[in-house]
Amino acid sequence: MSVPKPLPHDAARMHVTGAARYVDDIPAPADTLHLAFGLSTIAAGRITDMDLSKVRAAPGVVAVLTADDLPFDNDVSPSVHDEPLLSDGAVHYLGQAMFLVIARSHLAARRAARHGDVSYAEETPILTVDDALAAGSHFEDGPRIYEKGDADAAIAAAPHRIEGVIEIGGQEHFYLEGQAALALPQEDSEMVVHSSTQHPSEIQHKVADALGVPMHAVRVECRRMGGGFGGKESQGNALAVACAVAARATGRPCRMRYDRDDDMVITGKRHDFRITYEAGFDGDGRLAGVSFVQYARCGWARDLSTPVADRAMLHADNAYLLPAARIESHRLRTNTQSATAFRGFGGPQGMVGIERVIDEVAHTLGLDPAEVRRRNYYAACSERGLSAPRPSGPPEDISGQKKPQTTPYGQVVDDFILHEMTEALSRSADYDARRRAAAQWNARGGVIRKGLAMTPVKFGISFTLTHLNQAGALVHVYRDGSVRINHGGTEMGQGLYQKVAQVAATRFGLDIEAVKITATDTAKVPNTSATAASSGSDLNGMAVKAACDTIRARMAQHLADTHGCAAEGVEFSGGRVQLPDGRSMGFVEVVESAYLARISLSSTGYYATPDISWDRIKGEGRPFYYFAYGVAATEVALDTLSGEYRILRTDIVHDAGASLNPAIDIGQIEGGYVQGAGWLTSEELVWDGRGALRTHAPSTYKIPAVSDAPDVFNVTLWDGANREATIYRSKAVGEPPLMLGISALMAVSDAVASCGEVYPALDAPATPERVLMAIGRVRGDGV
Amino acid sequence: MSKKMHIKLNVNGKAEEFLAEPRELLIYTLRERLNITGPHIGCETSHCGACTVTINGKSVKACTMFVAQADGAEITTIEGIGGPDDLHPLQTAFKELHGLQCGYCTPGMITRATKLLEENPNPTEEDIRFGMAGNLCRCTGYQNIVKSIQAAAAEMNAAKEAAE
Repeated sequence: MSVPKPLPHDAARMHVTGAARYVDDIPAPADTLHLAFGLSTIAAGRITDMDLSKVRAAPGVVAVLTADDLPFDNDVSPSVHDEPLLSDGAVHYLGQAMFLVIARSHLAARRAARHGDVSYAEETPILTVDDALAAGSHFEDGPRIYEKGDADAAIAAAPHRIEGVIEIGGQEHFYLEGQAALALPQEDSEMVVHSSTQHPSEIQHKVADALGVPMHAVRVECRRMGGGFGGKESQGNALAVACAVAARATGRPCRMRYDRDDDMVITGKRHDFRITYEAGFDGDGRLAGVSFVQYARCGWARDLSTPVADRAMLHADNAYLLPAARIESHRLRTNTQSATAFRGFGGPQGMVGIERVIDEVAHTLGLDPAEVRRRNYYAACSERGLSAPRPSGPPEDISGQKKPQTTPYGQVVDDFILHEMTEALSRSADYDARRRAAAQWNARGGVIRKGLAMTPVKFGISFTLTHLNQAGALVHVYRDGSVRINHGGTEMGQGLYQKVAQVAATRFGLDIEAVKITATDTAKVPNTSATAASSGSDLNGMAVKAACDTIRARMAQHLADTHGCAAEGVEFSGGRVQLPDGRSMGFVEVVESAYLARISLSSTGYYATPDISWDRIKGEGRPFYYFAYGVAATEVALDTLSGEYRILRTDIVHDAGASLNPAIDIGQIEGGYVQGAGWLTSEELVWDGRGALRTHAPSTYKIPAVSDAPDVFNVTLWDGANREATIYRSKAVGEPPLMLGISALMAVSDAVASCGEVYPALDAPATPERVLMAIGRVRGDGV
Repeated sequence: MSKKMHIKLNVNGKAEEFLAEPRELLIYTLRERLNITGPHIGCETSHCGACTVTINGKSVKACTMFVAQADGAEITTIEGIGGPDDLHPLQTAFKELHGLQCGYCTPGMITRATKLLEENPNPTEEDIRFGMAGNLCRCTGYQNIVKSIQAAAAEMNAAKEAAE
């Protein structure tokens, strides 16, 4: 029986009937209380007085808590303990939680929270990259620098040079289900928390610290999220801890969900970046050296900014061999929301930097950017022997052999397949002919211009914090032959549960209906990592496989003992168990027989990704187990009078290895592309001079609607197995497709470039306003 | 606290009668008073469509309608369109053609699509993109949602023809 099947999402039947329960749908006891935070109205300063008498007197209010009321740890940070749940007197951003209202209804809590009378000693907030640089406001001791060769010398010696800067905006997650949690106090100081979180173990940890109890007294459950995208990796901590603390204080269940405006004002978003670049190249567009300085606006607390900024550095090469490179990264502390994980985790920003460089190199030389991209690609793995096993020692320069090509951080790139994928996409998307047609169209000089761009993605798979690359699972086989599985991964719509269930069904040779996958639960699988870094099915699929194989081995040994055969030859398929001699028995029959023989039909499973090691200070090692690849071609039509444009057609070839579920993977690719294109085109975050986020609702923050998606959208999976021994040789597919959306930005840039001779130097998001300004620059009548 | 109003609704074929503050929002009535949790709260400003229901034959975003405005109305939510063992063709299509990922937008999306197909049983792709533009999805990129609606329309039209 083979694993890959385009099966529907595991909960599809429940989703289409409205029966699928999210945290806010879980029935709660009638005495449940509801929470809301009172938020700061300034971005920086200190609280001088907080009069909450009107809040306490508001209808429906049961209690109001401040930092002084918290008996134990006042912290919800996922990293360095710098994020108080409720302000300790200092105000770090506009929207920070000052106090917590506990009321009889959600609306009563929210209404009351507006009545806080808080006085501040206001300070001048540090809001922008320039503010932070001027004030020397940053995290870590200084910039991180990764270097390969002497980039400055290589750039200086190159026949051609460019330098420039690109501003890259952040992105609101806009998970359709806002942050939510529900805490149910139990006997003996125990607490059960339902949280919409990608990281139940961390919720457990933070709740335990806040309640002053061991982790064993806290159980966190998450059946599903209504979207996560990284926004529920750490940003759910505050709600879960607030619910637990309030539940302990009142002895009653407590529930909290952010209203959308609050959600956008309170929670962190994708980091916005400024990237300056210098590049040296030859007349064919081949890069000799590139130097980047990346400025990441991290917001007020550390959160996950360190690994996010690291990953931006690790993707500054994207798919290109940089003979010499220097990447300098500044992690700036500002009085804004603490920027956090978002699909791609810094990788997308790093990639936009190098894609901008290549685009400008091509423009400078009058070459097709897609051709310049290919000339700079890493060498194909086939050139070095596809079937050759990976050398066990460090790469050597054996005379006569090609030297291994390495990234700026020293990882050998030996699985590079973008040459073939790009060739395939060029053909299927008819790239050359359409490029000529667009040029002819634009040569007519009309108001509507067309742009076409083809950009690649090479994305490193593994948590860069190496110890996170582990996962556990728990599998039970019941006497009727049904199987219940549990693992540390969470379901946010990406189809992880179904993929892992397919693995379990395959190991036992059962139909998918025989396997039930249950809510992620810290009492079943402990010490889990966040479902993040695209690693969900890689890690949890392997852990579940390990658990299933333990049970299979016990059943096989039982048959060997009772039937006098070799355990190794026993096979599980089609709901039956085959003995080496050809006899076969029903799966249920073997289960019952094993049970009667007092053999355990339950097992844990565990997996740790092999072969990775990484020194993030030196910038050396093999942080990634493998790379996932993709390539996209996007065509846009641009109205040069208004700056508005639409995506006419998108073609994608994407590498999901030997896909576990092609339908789910194509869904990830389509959704990732549209989300990435939205980030770089219409989704604009605007803060005013006081540090207030002005785009805090969908009325002002524009995520793509169905009418914004490409008119023609062709997605194909690249048919190939992962060279590394991942679960059934599949590849991670959660994050990489987001970066295919970079082709949309480059297509808009291409259309703008047709208006004149000057390079457009288009910032992101390329809103119509920015596009109009770029058209002005290109035409020399700049705004 | 304003005076409570006597409200009568028919929700998914069932008569409901209760006293409510006139400013109670319909989505709260459905979710908290009647425990109908298929319609979801997404943005509470009529933009995302996760709370879409049908009221007297029209698609309505229940997050920005007062229950007082719905007094006497016939309301259909996703629960009234089809149950797990009795799927509407749109529900089957969204399930089989992967018109969903996290599923949070799905009840509103399908509820809106039922009206779209009543208004226009043979929509072009462009009609679908226009008619569904008030319902946001953050996961799918919409491709499979459009395909699901096209497939359901074909299925429903074939069934209608067969019946005639």
